[in-house]
Amino acid sequence: MTQVKFKIWRGDKESGEFKEYQTEVTEGMVVLDAIHQIQAESANDLACRWNCKAGKCGSCSAEINGMPKLMCMTRLSDMNLEDPISVEPMRAFPIMKDLVSDVSWNYRVKEKIKPFKPRKPDNADGSWNMQQKDVERVQEFRKCIECFLCQDVCHVLRDHEKHEEFIGPRFFVYSAALEMHPLDTEDRVPDLKKSQGIGYCNITKCCTKVCPEHITITDNAIIPLKERVVDEFYDPLTKLFRIFKPKRGDD
Amino acid sequence: MRQDHWWVVPLVVFLVLSAFVVYATWAAFQNQHYVYENYLSPFYSPLLFNGGDTGVPGDGHQHSWFGDKPSWWILPFFSPALLILPFPAGFRMTCYYYRGAYYKAFWADPPSCSVGEPRKHYWGEHSLPLILQNIHRYFLYFAIIFLFLLAYDAYCGFFFDNDRDGEFTDFGIGVGTFVLCMNVFLLSGYTLGCHSLRHLIGGWMDKFSNAPIRTKCYDCVSCLNRKHMVWAWCSLLWVAFADVYVRLCSMGIWTDFRLF
Repeated sequence: MTQVKFKIWRGDKESGEFKEYQTEVTEGMVVLDAIHQIQAESANDLACRWNCKAGKCGSCSAEINGMPKLMCMTRLSDMNLEDPISVEPMRAFPIMKDLVSDVSWNYRVKEKIKPFKPRKPDNADGSWNMQQKDVERVQEFRKCIECFLCQDVCHVLRDHEKHEEFIGPRFFVYSAALEMHPLDTEDRVPDLKKSQGIGYCNITKCCTKVCPEHITITDNAIIPLKERVVDEFYDPLTKLFRIFKPKRGDD
Repeated sequence: MRQDHWWVVPLVVFLVLSAFVVYATWAAFQNQHYVYENYLSPFYSPLLFNGGDTGVPGDGHQHSWFGDKPSWWILPFFSPALLILPFPAGFRMTCYYYRGAYYKAFWADPPSCSVGEPRKHYWGEHSLPLILQNIHRYFLYFAIIFLFLLAYDAYCGFFFDNDRDGEFTDFGIGVGTFVLCMNVFLLSGYTLGCHSLRHLIGGWMDKFSNAPIRTKCYDCVSCLNRKHMVWAWCSLLWVAFADVYVRLCSMGIWTDFRLF
């Protein structure tokens, strides 16, 4: 058993500061365990959001030693316990209290993305025929647990606060899941370029690095969408060749 | 505030890329020692015109497409490398992997993940000048042509002039042959794993089951694409090494050992 120092951000949207706490750490503990222990021992009013403690609900997102991570999936045994461990709320969103930030902006963004619009059903009972090969690519995107760590680490939102012009990696993944779906007939590419600001992404791959579900966000979602934008807006040759391409939903 | 050594990776990228750019620029302007017998430095391939006034008579003639430096050339300096290097340079400059890497290392945009930036304004690739990065696929087309040209150079690396009759027809294998073949192999891994190629060859489709051959191609490109960063660095370092090898052999500093 070891006594470990934690520097936890305490405050609200107006002001705040790091406060130091000490607690006993035992084998197998994760950061969320330590936060709960500190809550019980010395900071009963410490606010933190959590739910499943299994890395599947995406609630306990925070910045641990400056990196966006899920508190429930960050093992203390993997960290240097000699130095104090800093825990703070996600910085890309307004802070509500202590470790809780207000992520409601994300839900408003999601509402603006054109929803799934399937082609006419293949069968009389209203069902469609699909092959596994056709849906494999989008299944990766469905693993997202909406922890918003990718949004938090993205410098376009975090440092440049382009929340009005840029939807962030999470919603590029969401758009990719819809856009690449074999049944979908909607065209989201003009929105991606114009109102959703995919051009702001400069491919730092930070979103991919922090994703707890290991979704290859940049390579499999954002860059393919950027290429679709190039097809439609910047590449006259491809546009010419695709004149005879079957319309979406017809194939 | 991150407490790990986040600055190590951008610093290494900065140093290696800077060293490569400085060396490649020097090598391109140097206009000498780019040919050693049947080996042609990849920095000078394709050799459209021989340097002509390099002070090395006959050097490179067997590789030159259109003979010596053209008479209509009016600029005070000439190097055949300058005619062709903008294409591979443009391919790497606009490559999705390198973009992310050099934005971090050279512009600190951001310096590293969740590390604050030194400036507040930001345009990204949303407007000029970086919107021009969207031209990447056009550089890809040239890069694919270059693969064939470099493969031909590697093929020429198997034919030596053993009897000194001016004809490179004697089959053999030297260390330089291996160097040039490895160069083609690594550049192929890098070029054929390109994100734009991945899109053009099948990524644009939403339904794969209708196009099995295209899907197979897409899977192959995706496979290479997963290690695009590794291919990018290995091919970059090797192409510089291939130039160094030819250069030092040509200068008589290194000996090209022959297997047979």
